[in-house]
Amino acid sequence: MMSSNISKNSENDPKINQSSQKNNHNQTNLKDLEPKNSDNFIDRSLNLENSIYSEISSKFTNKVKLKYSKSKRIKIYVEPEDIVEVAEFLKANIGFDHAESVCGTDYPDDNSIEVIYHLNSYSREDLSPIIFALSTKTSRNNSRLPSLIRVFNSVEYHERETFEMLGVYFEGHPRNERFLLPEDWADIPPLRKDFQIKGR
Amino acid sequence: MLKELVNPSNFNLLVSKVSDVLVRALDQPLGYAINWGRVWSLWPVHLETACCSVEFGATSSPRYDCERFGIIEAFGSLRQCDLIVVQGTVTRKMAPRLRMVYDQMGDPKYVIAMGACSITGGLYIDSYNVLPGIDGVVPVDVYVPGCPPRPETLIQGCMLLQEKIKRSKIK
Amino acid sequence: MSKEYDREFETKFQETTRLGLEVVKESEEDRLMTLSVGPQHPGSGHFRFTIKVDGDYIVYCDPDPGYVHRGEEKMSEYRNFIQNIPHLERPVIHDSTNITYSYSLAVEELLGIEVPRRGQFIRAIASELNRQVYTLYWLAIYGIFLGHSTMFMWPAGDRELFIDLLTALSGARVTHAYNIPGGVRNDAPNGFKEKCLQYVKYFEKRLVEYEDIFYNNPLFRQRTENVGILTKEDAINLGVTGSVLRASGIPYDIRKVEPYDVYDEIDFKVQYMKTCDSFARAYVPFLDMRESCNIIKQLLDKMPDSGEVRLKLQSNPKGQPGESYKRVESGRGALGYYIVSDGSPKPYRVKISVGSFRNILALPHLLIGSKLGDMPSIYWALNYWPVEADR
Repeated sequence: MMSSNISKNSENDPKINQSSQKNNHNQTNLKDLEPKNSDNFIDRSLNLENSIYSEISSKFTNKVKLKYSKSKRIKIYVEPEDIVEVAEFLKANIGFDHAESVCGTDYPDDNSIEVIYHLNSYSREDLSPIIFALSTKTSRNNSRLPSLIRVFNSVEYHERETFEMLGVYFEGHPRNERFLLPEDWADIPPLRKDFQIKGR
Repeated sequence: MLKELVNPSNFNLLVSKVSDVLVRALDQPLGYAINWGRVWSLWPVHLETACCSVEFGATSSPRYDCERFGIIEAFGSLRQCDLIVVQGTVTRKMAPRLRMVYDQMGDPKYVIAMGACSITGGLYIDSYNVLPGIDGVVPVDVYVPGCPPRPETLIQGCMLLQEKIKRSKIK
Repeated sequence: MSKEYDREFETKFQETTRLGLEVVKESEEDRLMTLSVGPQHPGSGHFRFTIKVDGDYIVYCDPDPGYVHRGEEKMSEYRNFIQNIPHLERPVIHDSTNITYSYSLAVEELLGIEVPRRGQFIRAIASELNRQVYTLYWLAIYGIFLGHSTMFMWPAGDRELFIDLLTALSGARVTHAYNIPGGVRNDAPNGFKEKCLQYVKYFEKRLVEYEDIFYNNPLFRQRTENVGILTKEDAINLGVTGSVLRASGIPYDIRKVEPYDVYDEIDFKVQYMKTCDSFARAYVPFLDMRESCNIIKQLLDKMPDSGEVRLKLQSNPKGQPGESYKRVESGRGALGYYIVSDGSPKPYRVKISVGSFRNILALPHLLIGSKLGDMPSIYWALNYWPVEADR
């Protein structure tokens, strides 16, 4: 992914680029962030990372898509209906036992919100440097996702924060409630891209 | 008039009238002594609003030692306190609590706004959850600028407040 | 006491039934008392939690953070990569080098640049010094929580030494903004190495005294030992990090498991304990401080004497579209940044994954079932800094 975009990066003078980027800020295409061809993308030197992915892909052949696999970082994409199954497999068979963070990103152009679970392992020593990003997507209008709280207890507050900040309702989570924001918050969730902060 | 006041149902009114008279009578001879007492026993409330509380803690550390200047470390119940040092950013969630604390304190009470955030909003002026200064919440006596202010600056702010108390009339 | 009470109750119960009267039991609601701890409370800081107590025991706990939620993540989307540094370090101003460290690492990965070697060493030294500053402040406040005045005064005084060193490096007392993408802002001044060695040697002597006067203090031990047991399984399940995790018997330190910059050249041990109680959680940061002194000495020894400390960037650096997740070991555990870039000079999304926010999940778990008097020692031993958790 890094190599494929080098030419794109070095094309313009910074000033021109800055002004054009300013206008394009909200028009990011999700396809830019994805690798063009995922097969070219696998680095053969990453043994452990590749073996983890092959283990997952042999179990869920068509359900998982590899986003990238670089040194100590893997990201896969699963459909919302499969995410609980994949998470259970990751916990039971591979050994990712807790979530470091749950992060939601809003993509208004695709009308979608991407939710990423960054998983890590304390119990398997060789896996502990690896951050496994399990990502899924939901639509912006009806944002509902199955909660992973039954699999990873550690996502409890993270999912609650994601609900509050991006308005993604986690089905099966006991408390989809306000957490960090004031009690009288009556605006749209602040981390959505159409929420503008004042004066900007 | 006097008969009405002596009536037990108007007891509160009587007390306030008498105390007004007393205060006016005592202001000249005793005002200096009372203010002197207030100046050297400032008790701050233990209300931390944001990151400036780190420097507030450092102010009572051995190197800076604000107790030299009659500002005692923040440990008391807020009913005994007479000073709020608003330590940094006040968010929309904290603002009602700040006012609640201020209302519960006994008179006389003083407010020091510490840090750029509590004066104007500072670095977080464009954040969606931060008040642009605390003037709309509580009346401020002394502003101590800085992000965060050094402990010496906070001590100087407290000394300014002491000057102000010395010059004020007792209530 | 309780047996006597039970017997008394039983005789009364029998008497009442013999007379044919109805026995009215206390309802659950009447027996429990709800207490709101914070935000104005000497022991909670910028944080509030509601607890319900049954007599002396806590039966319910609900944390309510967010009193310092300033929307850092939203603000980051409106500033470019360099402008983001000053406000991103405000959540932990007494550990500001570490919170900007992982940000710089993540941005460097996006920009595809590498820091010069001397810059990497100075970064690591600044990070270690700042961890000492943080841990000493934490220890000082723990002293206040347990009513130990000396424990406030000594660390708060010694903390100023490290602040002096960091002031010499960066020019600011607490908000350094020292780590930037590409290296550190400026080189170390002349004589920094000698001064740093001198202070570290003095501090090592002080640490011996600390152990005697705080950790061998019978009162401190009584208040923390066997209080708030977090077993290894629970620690893994709840995903806690930092000293809380290492106190539960898991030797997990980002500097060791995923060495960044120059940490793979440094020889040090990960400090951990297996007793899982509040004492272990209070003692592991102390062991870390001692180990950190070793690390600083090694770093000073191996640091190249001259060279560039910063890679010059263009005025509005842009990365390739992509994302990066980098983490460092801060005073409170793993501190990660997840940054999505769309190729513009501003980040598309910044997520700060902080140790405090992960550790607070253990608070209800530990408080429920423990006594009210143990609340301060359990709460502050979790190494929780509310401003950082709220972001």
